[in-house]
Amino acid sequence: MSEKQKKATAYWKENVRYLFILLTIWFVVSFGAGILFKDALDSIRIGGFKLGFWFAQQGSIYVFVILIFVYVRLMNKLDKKYNYNE
Amino acid sequence: MSVQTWTYILVGVTFALYIGIAIWSRAGSTKDFYVAGGGVSPLANGMATAADWMSAASFISMAGIISFAGYDGSVYLMGWTGGYVLLALLLAPYLRKFGKFTVPDFIGDRYYSKTARIVAVICALIVSFTYVAGQMRGVGVVFSRFLQVDINTGVIIGMIIVLFYAVLGGMKGITYTQVAQYCVLIFAFMVPAIFISIQMTGNPIPQLGMGSTLNDGSGTFLLDKLDGLSTELGFNEYTDGSKSITDVFAITLALMVGTAGLPHVIVRFFTVKKVKDARKSAGLALLLIAILYTTAPAVSVFAKTNLINTVSNEEYSNMPVWFKNWEETGLLSFDDKNEDGKIQYVADKNKNELTIDNDIMVLANPEIADLPAWVIALVAAGGLAAALSTAAGLLLVISASVSHDLVKKVFKPNISDKAELWVARGAATVAVVIAGYFGINPPGFVAAVVALAFGLAAASFFPAIVLGIFYKKMNKEGAISGMVVGIILMLFYMTKFKFGWFGGGTATDWWFGISPEGFGSIAMIANFIVAIIVLQFTPEPPEDVQEIVENIRIPSGAGEATGH
Repeated sequence: MSEKQKKATAYWKENVRYLFILLTIWFVVSFGAGILFKDALDSIRIGGFKLGFWFAQQGSIYVFVILIFVYVRLMNKLDKKYNYNE
Repeated sequence: MSVQTWTYILVGVTFALYIGIAIWSRAGSTKDFYVAGGGVSPLANGMATAADWMSAASFISMAGIISFAGYDGSVYLMGWTGGYVLLALLLAPYLRKFGKFTVPDFIGDRYYSKTARIVAVICALIVSFTYVAGQMRGVGVVFSRFLQVDINTGVIIGMIIVLFYAVLGGMKGITYTQVAQYCVLIFAFMVPAIFISIQMTGNPIPQLGMGSTLNDGSGTFLLDKLDGLSTELGFNEYTDGSKSITDVFAITLALMVGTAGLPHVIVRFFTVKKVKDARKSAGLALLLIAILYTTAPAVSVFAKTNLINTVSNEEYSNMPVWFKNWEETGLLSFDDKNEDGKIQYVADKNKNELTIDNDIMVLANPEIADLPAWVIALVAAGGLAAALSTAAGLLLVISASVSHDLVKKVFKPNISDKAELWVARGAATVAVVIAGYFGINPPGFVAAVVALAFGLAAASFFPAIVLGIFYKKMNKEGAISGMVVGIILMLFYMTKFKFGWFGGGTATDWWFGISPEGFGSIAMIANFIVAIIVLQFTPEPPEDVQEIVENIRIPSGAGEATGH
């Protein structure tokens, strides 16, 4: 394997690791907190919101936005590390 | 000034703005027409994507649907936003690096096959036509209610406007009008929401107002109040659903994956300069969408509470003016079954006397809350902006599928750039006319088919694109059979349970208890499985295709989008 290919493979591996972590969070806040564990979380209240309901209609969306911006930051750093930035 | 005058002014000003932008940004080449020249800034693209994505359904119908569905409505909120995470992380950067004009471009090149390209074109056309008919109808409804013109005249006015800037400006014209339309629609959505939030809870931020206590000094939380009112009338608690967990899960997944697989959203990411910009503009798009999507559930709660307080057990003769206005449009109807002169709005179908269309909750909300005339007019301008921006984006996908993917890539490869541009304009014109026809004569199954569009996108494009990027050895046999099985399975299930074909069936016959709306997730999984199984028995893709895959995984050197 050439030097160039090794670099590309290492970059891809780190990228996929980030995706795995971020998509786990994506799954937990929406399908987890908003659907599967909604009833359990509803026993906790924040102001007028039951927590499970809040995740389903508000919280998950906020986390989605944050996830993409975290991804943008991580990938910009990664691009720099591997000299793929332009 | 009256609502009518305000509406004419606001709609007139915004339309003049769109037309002005279209003239300023007309397309000179196919590259301008398909990808706006490829130099759109991440923020402009984010705004355009948001306007493109948020249709008449998001603006007019969604808050109303949630009003009546309560917690079950969450599937739309999570489904239509969560898809952007998939889009940003799994598709957009790589497709931008690939650097072509359309989604079938990617499928055709990555799977080195004309068959794959044509299958993709057919899917893109079905998905886009279904959608665009609904938008034209939305334009007609807004015109008829707020400007007192006939629905059909409304549709025709909408057609002319869209035709003007989509045909003249292509992607370039659409992009910059969508930027303006985003501003109009978000302003129009937020202003009444903020007013009503202050009125009901004293909190100017609707997202927080929704979880606050009522302004009436009782100290009761708004959501508790609504839960109480709902159960009193025999409905489910608002914050609790009636759908099964499995079904909610499946629908949310199908909508998320379908969102990520919609061609008119994906192509927007071909218009930015670099891979880095594609990632960033996906984030900005979701941020801008989230402003509306987190406000909508608050509007649902305000509107539902207001509605119950206004109508429940009140004398019909005491109803405010808006009630009569909306009765005339047929979106609201009262049938005094027990002849006591009062309105009984209850869960029991035999006793319920009030029928309410979902769309009223947003359209009539400012009137129900007694807001000033200009706010009511603003909602009309916002609804039109939402419908027109989405319609234009879809028309572009349709015209590019015909002129680029069929004419240029399949039938007449040596067509000149100039001739291709004219074919694209012609295809857009034909598409507007067809969409207008469906807007005037809506097929009875529009609602059913819109769900089908998401299911189809989930069952076809998403797996094919994801496998194309993340599974280097995926070959054309695998991808094509996956797409074909996914689409057919989805079509079969939808037609069986929605139209009663193949013996029909009721909710008790659903596979795994999953409704047709949620079946896209099952069809998607079937696509993945079939593709991987077929791959085991068929030859590897050629070296040069594997090199393409390695290349799109690296962000640098994206260059400009090219059709050659």
